[in-house]
Amino acid sequence: MSATAAPPQAAAPAEPPAHKPSARKRLVPYWLLLPGILWLLVFFVLPMAYQASTSVQTGSLEEGFQVTWHFRTYWDALTEYYPQFLRSLLYAGTATALCLLLGYPLAYLIAFRAGRWRNLLLILVIAPFFTSFLIRTLAWKTILADGGPVVAALNTVGFLDVTSWLGLTEGDRVLATPLAVVCGLTYNFLPFMILPLYTSLERIDTRLHEAAQDLYARPATVFRKVTFPLSMPGVVAGTLLTFIPASGDYVNAELLGSADTRMIGNVIQSQYLRILDYPTAAALSFILMAVVLVMVTIYIRRAGTEDLV
Amino acid sequence: MQQHEPDPLSAAQLAAMRRSLTSGRGALTRRSLLRASGIGALTVGGLYGLSGCGIPPAKREGGNAAPSDDHSEQEKELNFSNWTEYMDVSDDEKTHPTLEEFKKRTGITVDYTEDINDNVEFFGKIRPQFAAGQDTGRDLIVVTDWLAARIIRLGWAQKLDPSHLPHAYANLIPQFRNPDWDPGRAYSYPWTGIDTVIAYNTKATDGKKVDSVTQMLDDPSLKGRVGFLTEMRDTVGMTLLDMGKDPATFTTADYDAAVGRLQKGVDKKQIRRFTGNDYTSDLDKGDLAACLAWAGDVIQLQAGNPDIQYAIPAAGYLTSSDNLLVPAKARHKTNAEKLIDFYYEPAIAAQLAAFISYVCPVDGVQEELAKIDPKLAENPLIVPDKAMARKAHAFRSLTSEEETSYEEKFAKLIGS
Repeated sequence: MSATAAPPQAAAPAEPPAHKPSARKRLVPYWLLLPGILWLLVFFVLPMAYQASTSVQTGSLEEGFQVTWHFRTYWDALTEYYPQFLRSLLYAGTATALCLLLGYPLAYLIAFRAGRWRNLLLILVIAPFFTSFLIRTLAWKTILADGGPVVAALNTVGFLDVTSWLGLTEGDRVLATPLAVVCGLTYNFLPFMILPLYTSLERIDTRLHEAAQDLYARPATVFRKVTFPLSMPGVVAGTLLTFIPASGDYVNAELLGSADTRMIGNVIQSQYLRILDYPTAAALSFILMAVVLVMVTIYIRRAGTEDLV
Repeated sequence: MQQHEPDPLSAAQLAAMRRSLTSGRGALTRRSLLRASGIGALTVGGLYGLSGCGIPPAKREGGNAAPSDDHSEQEKELNFSNWTEYMDVSDDEKTHPTLEEFKKRTGITVDYTEDINDNVEFFGKIRPQFAAGQDTGRDLIVVTDWLAARIIRLGWAQKLDPSHLPHAYANLIPQFRNPDWDPGRAYSYPWTGIDTVIAYNTKATDGKKVDSVTQMLDDPSLKGRVGFLTEMRDTVGMTLLDMGKDPATFTTADYDAAVGRLQKGVDKKQIRRFTGNDYTSDLDKGDLAACLAWAGDVIQLQAGNPDIQYAIPAAGYLTSSDNLLVPAKARHKTNAEKLIDFYYEPAIAAQLAAFISYVCPVDGVQEELAKIDPKLAENPLIVPDKAMARKAHAFRSLTSEEETSYEEKFAKLIGS
């Protein structure tokens, strides 16, 4: 029996009046685990099992779906929708990189230089969460509107000519292009990057910086040799918290994108709700999970921070 | 009393859980569950457990739902699920005057919920309960043609009793009397009609008129600023009309040709986006210069922005309706029928039409509407005149296989 089986079995003898106080004490951790395990069982294990089963079923809405171990669904789904998979990973990866570039300096500032403004700045980072995800994304449609000041300014400085040439935008507009989707993803997931970065930066003992300076390290060297390595747990946690939800997101692609920018989340949504092909939708979800899991595992191995996360 | 309003969510979960826990030899016992939850979720044990799952056939035997136990006599109440902004509201925005009037007249309290935002999502929400043969907790729902057709096809709607519907029977306008999915309106009555037209923003088109799908797809001055709808029937139907095909009789080859034509528009970047309801803000700002639009939205947009214009293409326009249905197992069928009939009295229909500005499906509403607002009574988008009615076309109903394959092709077109 695996370790997970232990709690309910161990729990059974707890029912009769306890014989020895030590036995009761021994069971306390299991009682504490129980709510969490029940929660996971009902809201994680059962849905996952249900979806796993759905992914190998065949049938139609009228006749119902039966488990026929039709694993070909996975292959078909992958060959049919690999462009959307690649696009999702590309957009999510780009957004994660942008989040890191934008978030690191900000987290650094809040942790080391903000002084008494620290709490205010942290609240400002979290403040967007007080409005709905949807409203925040829709707001970008107004900000980036074709006739709006932002697009006009970008056109004046020739920025959109460059992005157009790179295939990131279309003509002299930003909305309904890959750039808009990546910007939306970056904006929506930025706090998930900043907060873990901040917590790991804030924990760094500033005397280490002084020690490095005493050893004649230039500021850049201090950052490279001391600060950045010590903030790795934050970098890893932040990139994971950004990349994983971003790769499955469909709201940004739906509202800010066009037919050419649909991500895998959009495909899953349309398979499930429009085409009513539940097996393909379930298979796509599992493929996405597997791809992300593999990428994350490789990433954590490479980053060499198994013991830090 | 306690059993009569099951919490919709928990009922769905219960159904799903019961199926996976109790079905056949693969029933998920505690042991097999624990095994499945171990490392490597897809171990042999886990798979063994999974083989017991499945989604039961959605279709009920016999075609139409058996009449439910009707508690209308004892319980003077009615659970009515509708779309947002689809009902008149009093000046203080606290009550719905027509529903108040209905209560005064019949003594029936309507529990009015605006919980329908999207046909496909609503179907996803109610499907588990319908499939499990449970009461959805709703006595009256409003869904668009194709979903109404599907619900009737699956046997999830109850046949209405014509003797309870004298006004509805007499006053329904001819345009909506005989849809191919519900001939003679045995199961459904329209709440509103929906006209799909072309809308454009004159500021964005420099005063140019946009009045055909061909122009939307080919006019270079509109490049990147044209929108179509994510509703397959509206987008493909309007394109079919433009190609000289009738959406009521088209073939699969016609369908493919229409999708191919739209695909060209996507490929050469003429089409900016396929949108749901959010096209209204894009059109208002001018990000979309021209798009397919629902007439009711156009009237509301025009009230705030004089640059918004609409055009009825010479090739015709697509019309559909949002329909009232009594779902299987509903507890208050007679009350629901009373409400349907109530809204087919011209005076009440006028009150509603004046507020929601969609096509009114009730004959004789024009005189009543003129008493409230003469300008609205003259608007062909609310009370269609003869010329409008002649150009109206409906999208034919699809078989289950057609629906799947067409939706799949359309999903590819819109990128997912």
